[in-house]
Order: sequence, then C-alpha cells, then structure tokens
Amino acid sequence: MSDDHVYLSLAEGHEDDTRWAYGTGFEDPLHGVDTAVPEGLDAARLAADCVALADDALVGAQRLAEWTTRAPELEEEVALANIGLDLLGQARLLYARAGRADGTGRDEDAYAYFRDPQDFRNVRLAELPGGDFAFCVVRLLVLSSWRLAHFGELSSHPDPVLAAVAAKGVKELTYHRQYAAEWVVRLGDGTDESHRRTRRAMEQVAPYFGELFTAYDARDEVVAVLRQVTGAAGLPMPVYRPLPGAGRSGEHTEHLAPLLAELQGVARAHPGATW
Amino acid sequence: MSDSAPGTAAAPDTAAGTVPALRQGAPRGDWPLYEVFVRGKRGLNHVHVGSLHAADDTMALTHARDLYTRRNEGVSIWVVRSEHIAASTRDEKDPFFAPSADKVYRHPTFYDIPDDVPHI
Amino acid sequence: MPNEWSVGKLVSMTTTHSAGTALPEQSLQEHFDATIARDQRIEPRDWMPDGYRKTLVRQIAQHAHSEIIGMQPEGEWITRAPSLRRKAILFAKVQDEAGHGLYLYSAAETLGADRADLTERLIEGRQKYSSIFNYPTPTFADVGVIGWFVDGAAICNQVPLCRSSYGPYARAMVRICKEESFHQRQGYELLMTMMRGTGAQRTMVQEAVDRWWWPSLMMFGPPDGDSPNSAASMAWKIKRHSNDELRQRFVDMTVPQAEKLGVTLPDPDLRWNAERGRHDFGTPDWSELKRVIGGDGPRNAERLERRRSAHQEGAWVREAATAYAAKQARRVRAQEGAVA
Repeated sequence: MSDDHVYLSLAEGHEDDTRWAYGTGFEDPLHGVDTAVPEGLDAARLAADCVALADDALVGAQRLAEWTTRAPELEEEVALANIGLDLLGQARLLYARAGRADGTGRDEDAYAYFRDPQDFRNVRLAELPGGDFAFCVVRLLVLSSWRLAHFGELSSHPDPVLAAVAAKGVKELTYHRQYAAEWVVRLGDGTDESHRRTRRAMEQVAPYFGELFTAYDARDEVVAVLRQVTGAAGLPMPVYRPLPGAGRSGEHTEHLAPLLAELQGVARAHPGATW
Repeated sequence: MSDSAPGTAAAPDTAAGTVPALRQGAPRGDWPLYEVFVRGKRGLNHVHVGSLHAADDTMALTHARDLYTRRNEGVSIWVVRSEHIAASTRDEKDPFFAPSADKVYRHPTFYDIPDDVPHI
Repeated sequence: MPNEWSVGKLVSMTTTHSAGTALPEQSLQEHFDATIARDQRIEPRDWMPDGYRKTLVRQIAQHAHSEIIGMQPEGEWITRAPSLRRKAILFAKVQDEAGHGLYLYSAAETLGADRADLTERLIEGRQKYSSIFNYPTPTFADVGVIGWFVDGAAICNQVPLCRSSYGPYARAMVRICKEESFHQRQGYELLMTMMRGTGAQRTMVQEAVDRWWWPSLMMFGPPDGDSPNSAASMAWKIKRHSNDELRQRFVDMTVPQAEKLGVTLPDPDLRWNAERGRHDFGTPDWSELKRVIGGDGPRNAERLERRRSAHQEGAWVREAATAYAAKQARRVRAQEGAVA
C-alpha cells in the first residue's frame, strides 16, 4: 500500500488514456449507441436542435475560458475549467450529431468556426460579457438549471445519440448547478459588497429568462432553484422584465460578434491549414 | 459544517462580523488549509493526496473533487481542516516511527519512474 | 498525513521539542544525514537543518509560481484555438498547470510556508518563477513549441525530482509527471500536424522554434560553475542532477525529434560528437538570462500584473466566502446551544 496506489486506482482501466487528467467522463458516451438517425424522425429538426444546444455550450465554454488566469482563487481556476471543458465536450458531440443528421457531414469545426453570428442559435444569456465573479456564478446557476431540466427530458429523446449525450450531460450539469448554487449563497450571504454584486447580477440576468423558457419551458424547475438559492442567500427573487428578441432566432446582442471573432479568427485566417 | 478552528472557538465571540481568519492573523480573507483523503475505489483505504484551501467544508469537498479527482465518479473523498489533525511526535524521538508503522507514506523506492522522458 | 500547518502549531511544537526530551542538535543532524544517505525520504515533521527547509521552500515556491505564471503564455490561446479539439486539449493543459501549482503550494505548506504569503512574495516580485514564461506567444505554433521544448525541458528537470529527498515534494512530482506526459506529446503532435499543413504553417513552426530554442536551454539555469545553490541542493538530494547535465540530456533528446519534425534548431555549433557520444552545442546568451530573471524580459511586467490583478480582483470573493463560513459556524453553534 502506498500513497501512489490511489492514483493508479483512479486511473484504472484508463492507463493508456492520458485523458484521465482532462476533466470529466472517461467513457465514450456513444459507446454501443446506434448512430444511424432513426427512421421517421424529423432529421432537419434534430439537427437544428443539436446546433442550438451546441451553440449554447460553445459560447458558454468560451466565456468560462476567458476566466483562465483571472479567477479569484486558484482552486476556482480548476473548477471553472472543469465546467468549461464539460460544456465544450457537449458542444462537440452535438455538432457532430448535427452534421450527421442534416446530411451535410459537416464536422464540429465547420459549425464552430465557419458560421457567422446571425447563424448562431445560442440563447443571449450565454453570450453576455463575462462581468464579475458574481455574474459568472449567477449566470451559471440559471443556465445550468435550465439546461439540466432540458437535458433531463432529452435523455429519453427518440434519437439515441442525442439521448446519450443528454444523459451524460445531466451528470455534468447537476454538478455545475451545485457549484453555482453554493457560490451564489456564499456571495449573497457573505459581505455587503458580495451581496450587492450578486443582487446586481440577478438583475442583469433576469431580462433573459423569457427567451430561455420560450426555447424550453423549464420555468418551474428554474424558479424552484432560484427560490431555494435566493432564500438561503438572503437575496430577493429577480424581477422578470421581458426583453424582445431571441438568440434562438438569430437575434443576438452586440456581444456575440466580437466573441466569435476571437474564437474563429485564427481558423479563418489560414484557409486550407490543418491543426 | 465543522465548527471553527480550535483557536477561534476559545476566543469569546464578541465582534460580530469578525471572521476567524482575521482573528488568526490572516488579514486577507485567506481560506484555511484542508487535508484531502481519497478512496480511489472500493476495497482501498482513504489515502492522503494533498491539501487545498477552502472557506468551509462544503467548498473543500467541491475543490477536492475538482482538483484531486477531476471529478471521477465513484470516488470517496474526506476533507479535514489541517489544524484538526493530531499527529505523533517527530521521528527521532519516538520508536513509533519504526519503518513498519510508517508504511503508508514512506515508500521512497515505490515509484518506478524511468530516468528517460517518455518517448514521443 | 501531518503537516506543519500553521505558524502557531509550528512554534509550539518546536518549543516542546527543544524543552522536552530533545536530542542534541548534533545527533539530530546525524540522523538527518543518515536518512539522506540511505536514500530515504525526509517527511514534514522530521527535524531538518534550517538551510534544507529554506532551500526547499524557495525551490518549491518558485516551481509553483512557474506553474501559475506559466498558464499565461498558453492561456491566451484557449479562446482562439483554431479547432475544438485543440481548444479542449489546451484548456485541459492550462487547467493542469493550475492544479500542479496547487500540488506544489501544498508541498511548500508542509514546510510551514503559507500560500497567501508566497503569493504576496510573487506579486511583489520578491520570489522568482521560471524566466521562460516571460517570452511572448505571438502565434499558435508557440503553443506547440512550448509543449515540445518547455514541457520537454520541464520533464527532464522533474523526472529526477520524483526521487527528491523531501517526501511531499517527491510525491507532488510523481503526480505532476504522470499528468504532464500528455503535455509534451500534444505539443509535438500539434507541430507535426502543422508541418503537414500549408507553407505558412511550416514557417510559423520554424519561427516559433527559433524563438524558443535558446530560452528553453536557459530553463536549466546558469552553468554549473555559476550556480551557487546547486551544490547544497545536490548534497541534500533535493536536486539529483546538475544544470549542465540536464541541459545536455535535453539537447540529446530533442535533436532527433527536430529532425523527424523537419525543423532546424537555430544553433550553428550544434553537432554530434562521436567521441563524447553526445551533442556539442553553442553557449546560450547568459546575459539575456540575467536580464530576464532580473525583470527585464519581454513580458515580465505583463505576467506579474495579470497575476496581481487576478489576486486583487478576487479579494472580495475570498473575503465573502470567509465571512459566510464564519456566519454559518456561528449559526451552527447557536443551534447547538439552543438544543443543549
């Protein structure tokens, strides 16, 4: 028995897989899943749904990646990167599924790097600029609660691939929601300054709720989470003021274009290059 | 949630809003140190893997999961405030530290690390 | 595993120690020397000479700082990585570096150091980090070359440290080396892929190689004759090989990899010496190393400023969490009091 054994056992079954330090999920979520698009399924609709959910995840991951080397504590660097990597993983699987379903055979990078802002279908809450750490965890709380409810339903989707991706995502999102909820409570019930910042963040995200619930009506689940968290944090429930437009229809804030310019710049500057 | 540190529990809790870290002489809101123990799989002991900083037990568990297991599921984690660990005396004073009693964390030759870097 | 966790504990133990049944310093020293000589590990609560403790704290802290500052040159590219696969790899790699910094700070804390204090020393410029991270990363090829050279050099340095005489440091290095095995591979694989791409990509790779080769050789530190702390570190088995030995090993390892990749290492004096069975190579510009260590490298100011501002801007978050923990603890006590 040695203290080194623990690492061996953590990595057991994955000895050749250096991915064990990569983040979550060592198993191929599509292992044993039939990847043919089932007969009778509206393939165009499936592809569109996958792209929209992938866009949410990619844009969310990009915002989390912006925290790298800027997090309030080193432990938070690791945590935010884990969450970002989970979302990036979801995006990649969903883009791949979309390329198969829409018959174009496009790969993940074709969707991520070679579409323009108006073609992105992510909800606008995901694209809002980073803000402070209070905004980061409040947004994460709302988005992960909403996406978790959505993925919960999708895990019994008739498309076995989307169902498998969602089932894997449920575990990840449950953790994201927990991480965010713990932080919102801490900040809401911490110091006067953290309370003020968290309250402001709640007000900033509230206008974007409507568009979430139009895309997938998880009103009950999200409100229940927010009630519980704001109750524990001593924060008021955010007041919902509807804002016209919807990222799902390609109507975005002015913040998406610069985000994508950064994300896509190198890939587009080198046509024909391989990375 | 654990109680606060022994040093602070002894102090009368008068100044509302004064945080333990402040009273311990860490004026920057620094989080206390926790030791982390991980059971990699069923049938093994929890083994000390390192330490981290966290404001409370819940955060310590979250951080431990993120840092030391990269959230591998099925892993059991213990965290404990470092200052809550009682330890035996130093090695030169105590026969308790015979090599056999010591085996959990003293295996210098266990690591079979090649001298050359891994081949690409 | 016991740590010397707080100054308070440390002081009280030392007091007990010297006032109690303590052995005379001479026999403590003999015991320590014998442990080192038997190639056994020194553990946190063992008696150790002050110089050993100080040397270790300095070396481990510098190593930890290097991991944390080292996130920056590559971290700039996570949001711009040109494929989702590269983005995920880079994100994970930079995350590993944060984790490795944490493992190392944790090892330093077993010696009685305090992470917040070490962080202060870093951002005030009182403690150093590896000079290599003061160089810029203007293209994505730099990400690959950092993996190949910088992580390759780090592996040369770190693999022997897995047998360092101080237990917690050695164990941290075991874990770090395991996780870093993919870091060098991903860099080399990126470069191989780019070399199979467009002419512009091949040019990018060669230019990045030209930029990083000499700074990478300097990562091993000044020549042995000019390395004042090395001798003591070697005697204590904190270090296992001299700077020049490790540098030579790195060159010998890298030359065939460069040939396979199809790039030229920018050293006209680099050639195989059949007699020595090793490569001869040119002398790095040691005055440049001194300059960069002294704070006058291309990116020193930016690197420290980023770390400083992240730490300062995070202060309200850390304070809030501390305040919340204190409130919770009071509530629990009040509840327990009510029950009793």
